Amino acid sequence: MRTLLFLLQKEFRQIFRDKAILRMIFVMPILQLVVLPWAADYEMKNIRLSIVDHDNSPYSQELVHKITASGYFLLNTYTQSFADAMHEVEEDRADLILEIPPRFERTLVRENEATLFMALNAINGVKANLGGAYLRTIIQDYNREVRLNWVQLPRFNPETRIEIVPSNWFNPFMNYQYFMVPGILVILVTLVGSFLTALNIVREKEVGTMEQINVTPIKKHHFILGKLIPFWILGLVVLTVGFFLSWVVYGIVPVGSFVTIYVFAAIYLLAVLGLGLLISSYADSQQQAMLISFFMMMVFILLSGLYTSIDSMPEWAQLVTLLNPVAYFIDVIRLVVLKGAGLSEIRQQLLTIIGFAVVLNAWAVFSYKKRS
Amino acid sequence: MGIDKEKVITANQLTKRFGDFTAVDAISFEVEKGEIFGFLGANGAGKTTAIRMLSGLSIPSDGEATVAGFDVYRQTEQIKRSIGYMSQKFSLYEDLTVRENIRFFAGIYGMSDQFIKDNTARLLHQLRLKEEENKLVKSLPLGWKQKLAFSVAIFHEPEIVFLDEPTGGVDPVTRREFWTMIYEAAESGITVFVTTHYMDEAEYCNRVSIMVDGRIDALDTPKNLKQQYEVGSMEDVFIKLARKATRAD
Repeated sequence: MRTLLFLLQKEFRQIFRDKAILRMIFVMPILQLVVLPWAADYEMKNIRLSIVDHDNSPYSQELVHKITASGYFLLNTYTQSFADAMHEVEEDRADLILEIPPRFERTLVRENEATLFMALNAINGVKANLGGAYLRTIIQDYNREVRLNWVQLPRFNPETRIEIVPSNWFNPFMNYQYFMVPGILVILVTLVGSFLTALNIVREKEVGTMEQINVTPIKKHHFILGKLIPFWILGLVVLTVGFFLSWVVYGIVPVGSFVTIYVFAAIYLLAVLGLGLLISSYADSQQQAMLISFFMMMVFILLSGLYTSIDSMPEWAQLVTLLNPVAYFIDVIRLVVLKGAGLSEIRQQLLTIIGFAVVLNAWAVFSYKKRS
Repeated sequence: MGIDKEKVITANQLTKRFGDFTAVDAISFEVEKGEIFGFLGANGAGKTTAIRMLSGLSIPSDGEATVAGFDVYRQTEQIKRSIGYMSQKFSLYEDLTVRENIRFFAGIYGMSDQFIKDNTARLLHQLRLKEEENKLVKSLPLGWKQKLAFSVAIFHEPEIVFLDEPTGGVDPVTRREFWTMIYEAAESGITVFVTTHYMDEAEYCNRVSIMVDGRIDALDTPKNLKQQYEVGSMEDVFIKLARKATRAD
């Protein structure tokens, strides 16, 4: 016990003396939480649009006006030549081309039907997809207006129309930050818990103090606890700093209880600390540890549901996410922060993460060789 | 070499193999209490592997050895309590102060607070580091670091101290001071097991063993070795033996 106290004292002294770690603990959350949620937004804006208008009629003018007024599109060129518009796409100055055919107004009024042509620059698939969808919605809207206002209808509308009125539960204004910020908090906690720990231990290997520790009578479990306890505390500190910031900056207050989040986080940290320990037992230099960490973090983030919904992934990828501890915490933190889930609702995730903690730590302790 | 002298290290056919490679090939020797035992050999001769086995860092593949009366296979924890160790890699925490390093290493060897307090004051005075006690170790010159590392390695009054190339890279004056400290430690009853590449340092040892290709080719006092090989210095003894080596690192 006294040995452990000496180890903890040493570890905390080193941590508080290391400016890089302190920066990581306080500056990283600020940067990530303040900057990322604004930049990493699903909504497509500023889609650059080229319109080829062969008609130049009040109807086509009305359509163009409606599109630009939506706020999603920047009208890049308004021309009468498709080649001109295509040139804009080739020069990467436009994402979308909308071509309004000649006699658009006349055919629409006389024959009740008109065809528009839309060309998408699919190099940025997301932009093309969403841009196309937005444009279609606007045109449909326009179509309805045309019917209602301008086209003479029979007394009883022969066409049935279904109108959908959506209501967004748990995040009524579809506030993007509510969705992103808790997820980013999870990533921060994971970084501190696993990769800072791994780097810290590998550093001792690299500079040779590990060998010095190994010839002392320090027990293996004392050494491991001496490393894990400080970073476990740091992880919870980062989480707290993060929650404070998301309250100050975004006004996010969890609907559910902090107790639920911290209980889960405490156990989650044990799991990722085990992962850090495991990395450190396989890496011989900080460089190796860093590379392994980058690789894992990449996979963890992309398969975590932070940016893309797990439900829309192919089946094999969904299976992989089952092995990703980050995915469970992101799921849980969103459930608690947005929906107000309690411990009983997240029981399944809690049990799974306990399993992760046990397996990863057992594996790490097993492979952490005090002697060769 | 009286028969009544206590043996603190005994090695009998001690062997370490890594796959097909035999790093240490059946070495046998004994070290007596209070002796300064020089452990020489070219790079790659197997010195470090031998030290690692004796200090409980590495399990031997074959043979027997005891350190401070404890078995190197089964009683590594007791061995670790009885030895001090200073490796060629610098082994204090650079981001802790002089005083914090002393306190940490004394603490993990189970020294009492009173013992740490009294002896830290004495040590800082001896090393003339009183002014620097609250400076980070990384700010000290290399020679001071090495002397401090040695003092920390024997702070808990071990029976044996293993020194793996302790004077690498330091100037001759500091090396001389370092050896004065080694003599003082030996006089107080600590057995010193030291590897070095400096042949003048080999002359300071009570007995010297020279490893070639994993085996001990010569083991005697420096005086006897020079007579046996009919040369004037330990350097010549070493060169005569090391030339036979077939492997290098």
